[in-house]
Amino acid sequence: MYRYDHYDQTMVDTRVAEFRDQVRRRMEGKLTEDQFKPLRLMNGLYLQLHAYMLRVAVPYGTLSGAQMHMLADIADKYDRGYGHFTTRQNIQYNWIKLEDAPDILADLATVEMHAIQTSGNCIRNISSDHYAGAAADEVTDPRPYAELLRQWSSFHPEFTALPRKFKIAVIASETDRAAMRLHDIGIRLVRNDAGELGAAFYVGGGMGRTPMIAPLIRDFVPLDQLITYSEACLRVYNRHGRRDNKFKARIKILVHEMGAEEYTRQVEEEFAHLLSQGIEPPFAELERIRTYFVDPPFQAGLADDLDRSDPDFAVWVDRNCHAHKQPGYIAVTISLKPVGGIPGDATAAQMHLMADIARDYSFDECRVTHAQNIVLPHVEKQRLYELWQKLEEAGLGAANLDQIGDIIACPGLDYCSLANARSIPVAQKISERFAASGKGDTLGELKLKISGCINACGHHHAGHIGILGVDKKGRENYQLLLGGSEGADTSLGKITGPGFDEDGIVEAVEKAADVYLAQRADGERFLDTYRRIGMEPFKEALYG
Amino acid sequence: LKILTGNDLKTGAVVWWDGSGWSLHVEEAVDVGAEVDAILAREEAARNVNASYAIDAEQDGEGRVRPAHIKDRIRALGPTVRPDLTLRPADPEAGNWVI
Repeated sequence: MYRYDHYDQTMVDTRVAEFRDQVRRRMEGKLTEDQFKPLRLMNGLYLQLHAYMLRVAVPYGTLSGAQMHMLADIADKYDRGYGHFTTRQNIQYNWIKLEDAPDILADLATVEMHAIQTSGNCIRNISSDHYAGAAADEVTDPRPYAELLRQWSSFHPEFTALPRKFKIAVIASETDRAAMRLHDIGIRLVRNDAGELGAAFYVGGGMGRTPMIAPLIRDFVPLDQLITYSEACLRVYNRHGRRDNKFKARIKILVHEMGAEEYTRQVEEEFAHLLSQGIEPPFAELERIRTYFVDPPFQAGLADDLDRSDPDFAVWVDRNCHAHKQPGYIAVTISLKPVGGIPGDATAAQMHLMADIARDYSFDECRVTHAQNIVLPHVEKQRLYELWQKLEEAGLGAANLDQIGDIIACPGLDYCSLANARSIPVAQKISERFAASGKGDTLGELKLKISGCINACGHHHAGHIGILGVDKKGRENYQLLLGGSEGADTSLGKITGPGFDEDGIVEAVEKAADVYLAQRADGERFLDTYRRIGMEPFKEALYG
Repeated sequence: LKILTGNDLKTGAVVWWDGSGWSLHVEEAVDVGAEVDAILAREEAARNVNASYAIDAEQDGEGRVRPAHIKDRIRALGPTVRPDLTLRPADPEAGNWVI
């Protein structure tokens, strides 16, 4: 894992001291809320439905055991004993006191963490593949490049007041596990025909009220020009992105309105100019960063087989584990989606336990996934059963990765001041219904995603089944979408028709699942069947 | 009814104007009529409240103040998915009051 150098630590410590002074001045009345609000948002501190909410950055989702312990300690000491892992691979605390915020940031700084740029119109936390460094199918570990981008984008003076927020994802596999094409910039590391590493750039994706799939604008940027090309992409956006209308200010709108071809032309022109300015960081810096991401000391010659005689364990292995590049090892996903639970929530005790497990079983490392789960990237197969038993004892053994119970849900109207409807109760009811009937076990891969408003933090556009909560004359109403997908076959879901109330949307999901079960061909996922038979059979079942 | 709400500056807690100060309990909220702007300006300036605003409310069947919109009812009670963290953790009917 990357470790802060003197500059990183000084920057973060300085920001903590600065924010401590700003909070003091706000509480003494020397700053008005209008003056203070942008300052607290620059430090990830929102004012939400019940209290202040603090969003802590988890760069590319990677955490050490010590960092996870600190997240648990903060939940216990300053919040109400839990935290919420988000679809941006971050963590949020819902019950923060303003007077505690500087102390929390100081505590985070002791484990090389912060909340900088987790809000505001700047480049946000860089996200990545949660199996980075472990996946058998990656061309390289994407995290050194994500880290380089993190350093470039942190306090970048030109990009602290962009037209709107800006999200970048970096992956290095053919299989996209980070919803890369639904980001402002999606970067896929690739090898060209000569075997050289480079970066393919996809620009102008996003969800929200106007969902767009990012087009490919360049299929190969040499890695020693990665930052320069990124800078060019941002500069063109910063120059032409709309500032007159918040709802049309994201880069996806610019690329769409300008046209991908013209946007690309301007980026290439800016890129050519920037190449002459020598802005790329020294290659030695990338090499320095890379040294932090070398493989952990894997043991060679470990047995690669598993004793699958316990049927419950075998199901969990099949669903929650992923092939590892190193023989004898496997990547494990701890589901934070127990039946009827709150997606993404973890108690302080669970966080402490996951930190201990990461230390004991995964070289002291874990990952937050955009699906609101936790990954242990490097687990010895021969110790997997023992690990699973510990997770089971702690209520963390749900075997439902990418199943209907593995629901992504934003905090919704239970916590979020922007939301129009509650997301979590709908997720809980669906989870309980499909678990109780046993139907959930028959559905296979079915990604269900729920957002409580059009901002789409719950990624409803990308759900095989998506649910969008809206306000209909003061009452919660839920639209159903079908056919969305992230990944290599990224697609946007389509609304089935009129919305439903809370119980009605649960019924509607079951009806959609029943159409799939009745019509699926051998080996088809829900998404495959939907794409083959189209919307009409589902509409007939829902509204006929 | 027209009632006032906001957040405590230091703690962020949801509060309601009770006629002389800010209460954690919506049932203590009072109708402010046309006094909205004057009260909010005075209280914000004194840092007694933060991010304050006026909302419509009604009295429920038991005479308790009930905000007109579900968002403010959730603010008044707490998250419906964590009854243990609401202001009425022992009241099984609290969720129905919100919905």
